[in-house]
Amino acid sequence: MEMPVPDQEVLDRKASIVARFEEFLPAEAVISDPNETRAYECDALTAYRCQPLAVVLPGSTEEVAACLKICHAEGVPVVPRGAGTSLAGGSLPTSDSIVIGVSRMNAVLETDYENRFIKVQTGRTNLSVTGAVEENEFFYAPDPSSQLACAIAGNIAMNSGGAHCLKYGVTTNNLMGVRMVTMQGEIVDIGGAFLDAAVYDLLGVICGSEGQLGIVTEATLRILRKPEGARPVLLGFDRSEVAGACVADIIKAGVLPVAIEFMDRPCIRATEDFAHAGYPDVEALLIVEVEGSEAEIVEQLEKIKTIARKHNPSELRESASAEESAAIWKGRKAAFGAMGQINDYICLDGTIPVSQLPLVLRRMEELSKEYGLDVANVFHAGDGNLHPLILFDANKPGDLETCEAMGAEILKLCVEVGGCLTGEHGVGVEKRDLMLTQYNEGDLEAQVRVKDVFDGKWLLNPAKVFPLITTRARREAA
Amino acid sequence: MKPKSETELADAVRVSAAKGTRLQIRGGGTRAGLGHSVTGELVDVTGLKGISLYEPGALTIVAAAGTPLETIEKTLAKEGQRLPFEPMDHRALYGTNGKPTIGGVVAANISGPRRIQAGACRDSLIGVRFVDGEGTIVKNGGRVMKNVTGYDLVKLMAGSHGTLGVLTEVAFKVLPMPEAGATVIIEGLDYKNACKAMSAALTAPYDVNGAAHLPEGAGKPARTCIRVEGFEGSVKYRSARLKELLAEFGDVSVEAGLADSGRLWQQIRDAESVAAGEGDVWRMSVKPSDGARLADALGSDAQLQFDWGGGLVWACVSEGTNVRALMKGIDGHATLIRSSDATARELGVFHPEPAPLAKISAGLRSRFDPHGILNPGRMG
Repeated sequence: MEMPVPDQEVLDRKASIVARFEEFLPAEAVISDPNETRAYECDALTAYRCQPLAVVLPGSTEEVAACLKICHAEGVPVVPRGAGTSLAGGSLPTSDSIVIGVSRMNAVLETDYENRFIKVQTGRTNLSVTGAVEENEFFYAPDPSSQLACAIAGNIAMNSGGAHCLKYGVTTNNLMGVRMVTMQGEIVDIGGAFLDAAVYDLLGVICGSEGQLGIVTEATLRILRKPEGARPVLLGFDRSEVAGACVADIIKAGVLPVAIEFMDRPCIRATEDFAHAGYPDVEALLIVEVEGSEAEIVEQLEKIKTIARKHNPSELRESASAEESAAIWKGRKAAFGAMGQINDYICLDGTIPVSQLPLVLRRMEELSKEYGLDVANVFHAGDGNLHPLILFDANKPGDLETCEAMGAEILKLCVEVGGCLTGEHGVGVEKRDLMLTQYNEGDLEAQVRVKDVFDGKWLLNPAKVFPLITTRARREAA
Repeated sequence: MKPKSETELADAVRVSAAKGTRLQIRGGGTRAGLGHSVTGELVDVTGLKGISLYEPGALTIVAAAGTPLETIEKTLAKEGQRLPFEPMDHRALYGTNGKPTIGGVVAANISGPRRIQAGACRDSLIGVRFVDGEGTIVKNGGRVMKNVTGYDLVKLMAGSHGTLGVLTEVAFKVLPMPEAGATVIIEGLDYKNACKAMSAALTAPYDVNGAAHLPEGAGKPARTCIRVEGFEGSVKYRSARLKELLAEFGDVSVEAGLADSGRLWQQIRDAESVAAGEGDVWRMSVKPSDGARLADALGSDAQLQFDWGGGLVWACVSEGTNVRALMKGIDGHATLIRSSDATARELGVFHPEPAPLAKISAGLRSRFDPHGILNPGRMG
């Protein structure tokens, strides 16, 4: 992975730069000893590591602003960090960068049930947002698989999704406002506890900008009343294409389940060994979940079962209790962990039009043979967001490179059939160099211009999202 | 000019950029009154029309920006689907004719009552193509509903009123048309209790997708309307539960019927009760519990309508009233939807942004339209 050459002049000034942070931050919030900064050398894309110059962990928006002012004045690149769970290398440092982490800022600032929002500091984890409101029967809808660990800051930066976004949308659809610090150290409020933008939808651009436009320290999030109940049904099929056709038929019939999850045989087997969820040994399984009152659940499940039966499922298992529901979800939620137990893998995140599912699955099988690496599939079928896991052996020289090359082929295929490189993980460094397969230079130039407006010196997370070649002149001029 | 293709449009914009010719961009012209008036050579985008892709099984539709909204809605209806965000029709309010285009809907980020549950136009919009102020064709997003590849300029384009680019193509996530619908109506509430009732409905687990209040007028008592849609059995169940829940507020009745066929929700969507008034029309987005506070501040002369559970307040006030001054202490924004040009100039159509945001907005405008030729002055 090519990263910009670190600025020697900045590296030489490490001591004086660190001293400026130590002036106003508590000792434990400034980390510059290489033994300790090691904990920040990577995120969940562990194949790439680099220790930053230093890490600062401010405790307030004002402290974030003070840190950014220093970095701006010193001309030091900044890598914002939430919980460090990015699968795309979104918070991978460079050796001349300061990592600004928001993990110490995790308070709930305001909870308003009448107006259905919660305001939190963005170091708070995704799941603990729901945790703060669930005793009153409310929840925060976006539910990335890493929700136990991932921070709202990172969710906003990457516009994270989750299994239930077929019905509730992704982060951008549930984000009402932010307090953000610009690279210049200015604190701005965008949006709030009301709907829509007064002028341009800046909130919409900031969400998903991968920490390149500012550091979001507070967020106003939409919360929803929990449905009365929810229940999944598990469907097993002998062929992946049939499972794909069943998904399309469910959607066309007007049923909008909260989630439709797909797993293929390699993934089912690995998950079974690990989580013992009791899944059938089939070519493809679907988990379809519906919500509502008991009567509503029955009404929707009847429709789904009727459609499913037309596709001759080899298994049709409706949950009869909370325990059975948990068991159905158990394997799906453990899938990534399970795969990690048996193999090294990289997890892709392309999205395709659901109609292209059979073609893409078939092509992936062919690529698997061609490259000699196994692929396991687990994904959000309702919205076409695929997560092929390509298995490799990190100890075998060249295997990672083969795996990445195959991953790039799969993502190009996603773009070719009308989809995109990333549905919910973000570009980061991982897919940066593939951006020109989806967008032409003019398309990227339009995006880069937005960064020029927010961060003229190109200091915020500068080596991410865009191919380095397209941004070199800007980074060097700044 | 009336370009027939995206390329033709891009060429024309490039020529205009070189000459510094100001352009006035227009779809169906039904919302021409929304925003400051613009002078310049007319760019009629209705020559760019047609649905290029519709996949009901993928809940996706892609169309040229000049396609009439009616065409989109009819095409979707044939497959039992619809646009999720229930776009408002401004013809009653502005007294315009013509056919609204889908590009116009996007350019002004137009949504209706279902916005509280299904999101705004910008939330269903999944891809755009546009021509920027230098004549470059730009694509962002695509045709899939989950896409975080690069910056989300789709959202930026929605509601930018043609000042950042001329839209040429738009793609949407659509939703199935529900099998049934029902509206729970409480008569005779004042707006304070109406806002309380709407909040009670929206905080209950019954998936309400419309919550509006029409004050007394035209010989009818005040009506607070709560809508649910879905499968037949589900709608019956939820409307019955809402009826019970809201009984403490007053006399509750249930009117069955699908929203889109009913006059009631069309009347709400199009803000007909304020549209009919004489005076300036304002649209304010606030915290729902501030809706009633805002109504107090506007005084008893204002004709009002509440949507989005109280968070969207429509008001018809006497000419020249500075509604923003009356909003002091209430977070949100107020748009001057209908007034004389003089009032628009004096008060500004769009809510003023705080200085740092105004600087960012101006920066974006100068990057996307460096020659200042796209609907110049439209947004103030």
